[in-house]
Amino acid sequence: MLFTVLAGLITSSLLIPFGKLIKTKWSILLPFIPVVLFLFYVMHVPSIAEGTNFVQRVNWVPSLGVNLDFRLDGLSLLFALLITGVGTAIFFYGRTYLKGHIYFDRFFGYLLLFMSAMLGVVLADNILTLFIFWELTSISSFFLIGFNNDDKSSRDSALTALSITGLGGFFLLAGLILAGNIAGTFVISELFMKHEVLTIHPLYPLIIGLLFIGAFTKSAQFPFHFWLPGAMKAPTPVSAYLHSATMVKAGIYLLARFTPILGGTDLWSISLMVVGGFTMIFAAVHALFRIDLKGILAYSTISALGVLTFLLGLGTPAAIIAASVFILVHALYKATLFMVTGIIDHETHTRDISVLSGLRKVLPPVFVAALLAALSSAGLPLTFGFIGKDLIYEATLHFNENWTIWLTLLAVLTNVGLVAAGFMAGIKPFAGKLPSAFSNIHLPYPSLWIPPLVLAIFGLAFGLVPGIIGNYFNHQTANAIAGIETDMHLKIWHGFNLVLILSMATLLAGTLLYVVNKPSSSKLQMLARFDGLSPQAIFRRLARGLKDFALFFTRRFHNGYLRAYHLKIILFAELLLAYKLWLSGPISIDFDSLTPLSWYEVVIVAILIGALYIIVSAKSRLASVVSTSVIGYCMCLMFVFYSAPDLAMTQFTIDTLTTVLFVLVLYKLPGFINFTSKTVLMRDALVALGFGAILSLIALRVLFEPNTTEISNFYGENAYLLAKGKNVVNVILVDFRVADTLFETVVLSIAALGVYSLIRLRLKSSEKE
Amino acid sequence: MKSAILQTATRYLLPILLLFSFFLLLRGHYFPGGGFVGGLVASIAFVLHSLANGTASTMKILGYKPISLIPIGLAISTVSIMLPMLFNLPPMTGLWFEEPIPVIGMIGSALFFDLGVYLVVIGVVLTILFTIALDE
Repeated sequence: MLFTVLAGLITSSLLIPFGKLIKTKWSILLPFIPVVLFLFYVMHVPSIAEGTNFVQRVNWVPSLGVNLDFRLDGLSLLFALLITGVGTAIFFYGRTYLKGHIYFDRFFGYLLLFMSAMLGVVLADNILTLFIFWELTSISSFFLIGFNNDDKSSRDSALTALSITGLGGFFLLAGLILAGNIAGTFVISELFMKHEVLTIHPLYPLIIGLLFIGAFTKSAQFPFHFWLPGAMKAPTPVSAYLHSATMVKAGIYLLARFTPILGGTDLWSISLMVVGGFTMIFAAVHALFRIDLKGILAYSTISALGVLTFLLGLGTPAAIIAASVFILVHALYKATLFMVTGIIDHETHTRDISVLSGLRKVLPPVFVAALLAALSSAGLPLTFGFIGKDLIYEATLHFNENWTIWLTLLAVLTNVGLVAAGFMAGIKPFAGKLPSAFSNIHLPYPSLWIPPLVLAIFGLAFGLVPGIIGNYFNHQTANAIAGIETDMHLKIWHGFNLVLILSMATLLAGTLLYVVNKPSSSKLQMLARFDGLSPQAIFRRLARGLKDFALFFTRRFHNGYLRAYHLKIILFAELLLAYKLWLSGPISIDFDSLTPLSWYEVVIVAILIGALYIIVSAKSRLASVVSTSVIGYCMCLMFVFYSAPDLAMTQFTIDTLTTVLFVLVLYKLPGFINFTSKTVLMRDALVALGFGAILSLIALRVLFEPNTTEISNFYGENAYLLAKGKNVVNVILVDFRVADTLFETVVLSIAALGVYSLIRLRLKSSEKE
Repeated sequence: MKSAILQTATRYLLPILLLFSFFLLLRGHYFPGGGFVGGLVASIAFVLHSLANGTASTMKILGYKPISLIPIGLAISTVSIMLPMLFNLPPMTGLWFEEPIPVIGMIGSALFFDLGVYLVVIGVVLTILFTIALDE
């Protein structure tokens, strides 16, 4: 399984050197990546259907518990098939859709990256691996939404999507780590056994809260839904792939995956039911007001994701069966509708449904695809959508008796909205008279309309043989979500019962709503009046507040004067150290245990104080700098007295060079004028004296700490034995801690490059003038 | 700063200081010294020369820009760290010749690592100082 995840990543990086090549006819190779992966997963269908699971473990960072563990069960397989199957359609479609685009190679690079990441998410058997791939999907989505990077609204939408999903990612990470630590394992298949431990733990509400935020942001649940309509700025193949069929379902996948681990409690069910229920009805209503095809589809996608969340919240076997089927149903018809929208946009250059009509005459095969998808979305008998809708009603009707009516009503209302939205997107542009403006439109390349047609036909074919499909694809999915045998038998005809009546009523009401509802831009503007109350506006305000605060903070604390920075840093350190000293209690100094003062030490201290006086009072910078180096040399002498020759040597040479550097820089500065007033001088003196006093106290305190010399003993004993050196300092530098030294030299090198390039760059630009 | 005495002195001091710096580098594993201090002393030798004769003439002696010493040094250090992997040992393992070499003494991968540090330090110090000194 590892290769399926890596295939996309590797190809994606190969596109950097071979980008030019792939823009030519060699681009035909691209779709074969998802094709191969799809076939790989199709081969696994029979054995998974029998209940086998496949596991592959690769050590990655075992010391942190992060391993590339992959596990293929019913749930993973359904998603893997969706990712690679819809991916195949999208790759063929996108190749034609973006033909000749200057960033063609980049587009497929991102798309491959996304495909790999998404496969990683659904296959990962380690929650930290899952998280890494989860973040990768957010990042690739960011690049794809902002693909038209010269359009400001595109960039803004990309940023909104990234901030919402990225923010959710942080919460998710916290939740996952918390769960992993409590359970004592990061391996998902081991977590299944920890259901008891986790659900009774006092932190359980926090864990699922964090997990929910992660899932809701990704799957666009209210109040985080607003990034998804914005994400429609991406090229249509991306909307079809990421923002309807796969990525947005990652949140659903997460909830489904964790249902057997964290689910089954009231808190879990009720939260999901409330959020999912509200999202599905809210978005279904919103979809009806849209006039942009992509807007309709975006909101109906949010609504469908709400349905899935809602079903997972119900949590009964019937609801889980419904969810596992609806995932497939929705992916098939929604991807089709998006691709159809793409074709319409491509040919007519508009997506406004109040303008579009009669396109069935010029784009017949596209119409067939759209019609099939719209009917499946409406749940017409014999389509796969019919099965999905039946199962949803089945689930709500057989829930807790007190709630049955309300839940069913909610589901019916949502579905009515979805039916109408499906018709608006799938039928409206094709119905009616063909305006003369569109009469010279002709059918695009087959590679553009075959993929949606194929998906749409699947949506029909699956509905004709639901037993087989359910058996092979959804049964084990439902089992994996429920954690128990769900006993799934999908049938076309359940007999004449309440579910069928509801289903027909939904279809009828939806059709009626479609006929009556005339979305227009004036209605949309009416809706826009409430924008100030929307979560989007609230998030905007929050973001703006953060920006204002950052500006205020920067102006207050980063005023650009080096002396101001020094003052703040030193003051802060003083406070911190003083607090710590105060915590550690009174200091008692036993002066008898100190080594007696010798005359040469007295001499050095006298020189030190003299040099200090000169530094503070000198009228020229040069005198100050030279006095500073006098202090440095005095230190060297101290090191020599206390037998640290290596330190002394280094300090000595460094001090010399620093002085030279100072002189070189000072030479270029303008003359020294003293701006400092008496009060400022006093303040600085106080800060400096305080710092000195605190450090002296710390030094004295350290002397009376119990002396632990384990480390120095270890180095002292082992320097020669292990590293064949007698100079312990050097042995530590070049052997025991060689990695540190290497990176320190790298840091030095970067500093040198920085100085070099800064100064050279300025020279170059002044040369130009 | 044109001083005939200093100019004449540096003519002899430069090679002596360089020799001394190399001496520090070699003895580092057993006595006070090492690549870092050695590199600093060597840099001081060149800086002294540049103070006496002007940076341009020091650059002439160096032949190459000092910045080119940085990648060379980093490469030597990295190679000395990776070398044990050729012998199926984990990276950063110390490798040593069995017998000491006359004059130099024991030679091991640590010495080459130190040599890398030595070159990087010279490169970094001279790059920073000379870039600033030459900036008009």
